[in-house]
Amino acid sequence: MSEYYLFQDTKKCIGCHTCVVACKSYKNLPQGPKISQIITVGPRIVGGLPKAAYTFMPCFHCENPWCVAACPTGAMQKRTPDGIVSVDPELCVGCKTCMSACPWGAPQWNPETGKVVKCDYCMDRIDQGLKPVCVTVCTTQCLNFGRANELPAVRRERYAQAMAALE
Amino acid sequence: MKEEVFSLCFMCSVRCPIQVTTEQGQVRFIEGNPHVAGMEGSLCARGAAGKAFLNDGQRLQTPLIRTGPRGSGEWREASWDEALDYVADRLKDIMAQHGSRSLILGERTQLSTHVSKTFVKALGSPNHFTHDALCKGSVNTACRSLFGYTDAQMGMDYSNTRHLVLYGRNFFEAVEVKQVRAFMKALDKGAKLTYIDPRVTVTATKAHRYWMIRPGTDLALNYALIHVILKEGLYDKEYVERWVLGMAELEAFVEPYTPTWAEEETGIPAEEIVEFAREVSREKPSVIFHFGYRGANHTNEIHLRRSIMILNTLMGSVEAKGGFFFKKGPGEVEAKPARKLTEQSFPEIRDPRFDKVGTPDFPLPDPNHGVAQRLPRAIMDEDPYPFKALIAYRFDPLMSIADTTLTKKALEKLDLVVAIEVNYSDTAWYADVILPESTYLERTDSIQQANGLKPQMFLRRKTVEPRYDTRSGPMILKELGERLGIGEYFPYENMDDLVRWQLEPTGFTLDDFEAKGFVAYTSQQIFWDRKDGLRFKTPSGKIEFVSSLLEDAGFPSFPPYEPVPHPPEHHFRLTTGRVALHTHVSTQNNPYLNELCSENVLWIHTDPAEVLGIQDGAWVDVSSSRGSGRVQARVTELIHPEAVFMLHGFGHEAERAERCHRKGLSDAMLQENVSDEIGGSPALHHTFVTVTPAEEKMA
Repeated sequence: MSEYYLFQDTKKCIGCHTCVVACKSYKNLPQGPKISQIITVGPRIVGGLPKAAYTFMPCFHCENPWCVAACPTGAMQKRTPDGIVSVDPELCVGCKTCMSACPWGAPQWNPETGKVVKCDYCMDRIDQGLKPVCVTVCTTQCLNFGRANELPAVRRERYAQAMAALE
Repeated sequence: MKEEVFSLCFMCSVRCPIQVTTEQGQVRFIEGNPHVAGMEGSLCARGAAGKAFLNDGQRLQTPLIRTGPRGSGEWREASWDEALDYVADRLKDIMAQHGSRSLILGERTQLSTHVSKTFVKALGSPNHFTHDALCKGSVNTACRSLFGYTDAQMGMDYSNTRHLVLYGRNFFEAVEVKQVRAFMKALDKGAKLTYIDPRVTVTATKAHRYWMIRPGTDLALNYALIHVILKEGLYDKEYVERWVLGMAELEAFVEPYTPTWAEEETGIPAEEIVEFAREVSREKPSVIFHFGYRGANHTNEIHLRRSIMILNTLMGSVEAKGGFFFKKGPGEVEAKPARKLTEQSFPEIRDPRFDKVGTPDFPLPDPNHGVAQRLPRAIMDEDPYPFKALIAYRFDPLMSIADTTLTKKALEKLDLVVAIEVNYSDTAWYADVILPESTYLERTDSIQQANGLKPQMFLRRKTVEPRYDTRSGPMILKELGERLGIGEYFPYENMDDLVRWQLEPTGFTLDDFEAKGFVAYTSQQIFWDRKDGLRFKTPSGKIEFVSSLLEDAGFPSFPPYEPVPHPPEHHFRLTTGRVALHTHVSTQNNPYLNELCSENVLWIHTDPAEVLGIQDGAWVDVSSSRGSGRVQARVTELIHPEAVFMLHGFGHEAERAERCHRKGLSDAMLQENVSDEIGGSPALHHTFVTVTPAEEKMA
């Protein structure tokens, strides 16, 4: 994995797609490719209440990325030292091998350029000390980004709050 | 070169503060203004699609003059001088023949509404209206009847609330960024959410309590809640004693409205109503019964909205931490608001308004906004007098007012229809002349006087030069005004001039907005003293359960509850609503938003669908007394069997808006133009429809 961790606090996600739109906008993408995506499951009635899951799917930036191994031209790269996996459009020939190789469907097809596009955690922004655009604009701040061991322990804190019987 | 400009979004009417990064004169990135507490980068999906809107080749690009029949889509491009001369000459003729009053200007409320009001007043016409009544006319009137303030003068302290109660207010889909974030914080601190809606929405999936209420019966639920709260003494006695007028009348009125009675009407079990009343009362005064964002569903709308605010009053939550507050203006700190052009003196106008607001016929709606849905009948019936010209300013009567066929007939009767627009709206498509406005990213706008717990001012700033041959609205109206001999009412040469003129009395300058995009009059939150400092603007100075506003106009404060009829056999109550990806009728053609939500479907409950032989995804014909159309069905148990639902804003007719042209079905085409005749909202859930299986897509 990359050194970074993009954590979605699903409890706060409202499935509003701001991340998806901002991502497309920042990458100037046409209709079609969704570098990041919100997948909604539900709603369904669970225990008498309607429940739904809104799951954020960018790229996992794998430790051993199959897309990189599969790429015949070296366009798909894992950069050092932080491990971000990105595609170099200069080298991409549009063979789609990475799309077949990735178990998560992360590499996307850009019909305008005839090349692959994928989440690169907005490397240009990371290098300026900023966060990926999806995280920056997230409506509820349910998306968190940082070094994997530095992210807040939201779930533990929430659980502790819920369990604490101080009253 | 990279630059950062603070501005205000305008992808919807919330006007969130934004920071726009530009590179070489192009917008690179838009985010929430990082200096504004509660924004800090956050946007909504529509706000994130602002760049796509700016660069869209399918928006208006140049003035257009119609060459074929109305609605034919035959246009010729015109220069600004030619288009403005054309409009001015036609208006001069019309006003010479039929008087200034034959002109109506309707707009979607915006920062420069004071300019359009000035334009109409200076010409001597009483006929300016906004879209507000379509959304919340009755909420406005309800609040004035109780507090003497409009709903717009009240806010909610979401971050400190302990319990938020929403009546169809689809909080997490009709998104206001700051408010959503503030309430998320409250949820994290253990606040509760109760959601009441005939349909399961995203908001329902985040609620602790969800009631699939029988559509239209929220008022019955509230009367039962009040019944329990009074009977069990659950209300804030000190607050009520001090501030309420008409408690005894309320008590007598709700006596018959027991939870058991309400169960029959609403379908909500009586014991759950009692349990909820007790639970919510434990958190008083930090509770919010939300009065609604859109309050325009039924003919008794004003009484539902009043009952909601009566519940808040009983909780003592009006002007309370975690409850409602009155928005404080600069006057609270001995300072002055920005000037408006409407502060100038105008020729006296004696004619009644087109909607008759303020006359004995329709005394109570807010004349600052008027009642938009009265437009078609006023034109058709020439009542109170003939109308000849309409300027539709970023307002689309054809898709926004119920009964499109009637509205279209009314527009046909006019001698001149002008659209000031950013999009190919259906009304623009139908107009004689289109004057294209620059988008919010391409123009500086009038000052936003942001009253609240801390009074502030915000500024929309031009971030890039206009992509196309478009202009800002206040400049268009000024130039039109000059041609019509009222140029002196527009004392500015450009938008910066206008803002400088507005700022003169405030002590702030344009430069003061450079650092953060806003200026604050104070750093302290202002709450009035709940014991002695509440300044209600009612004649009694109290919260008037028995309302002088209503009673003086001849309306009872507590008319007996009228049961909501069940739909006739094989009929459904047509309900409508919003999604996080679109704003009203204006964003359906946005490349990104269209990609994610390109048409609407008809939600229908599984049981009636089975009886009618309708399968999920099948095409169906939906018919009302006003029209019919074809759409795909979503068969689901997540909607009350008496209701069907469709998203508002689809079924566009304007051909040049290619992505959304004829995608989905328009709710306005099916809805009857019926109103709450006291409060002023349309009754958009009043219409019954039939749903029948259809063979295929094409109608």
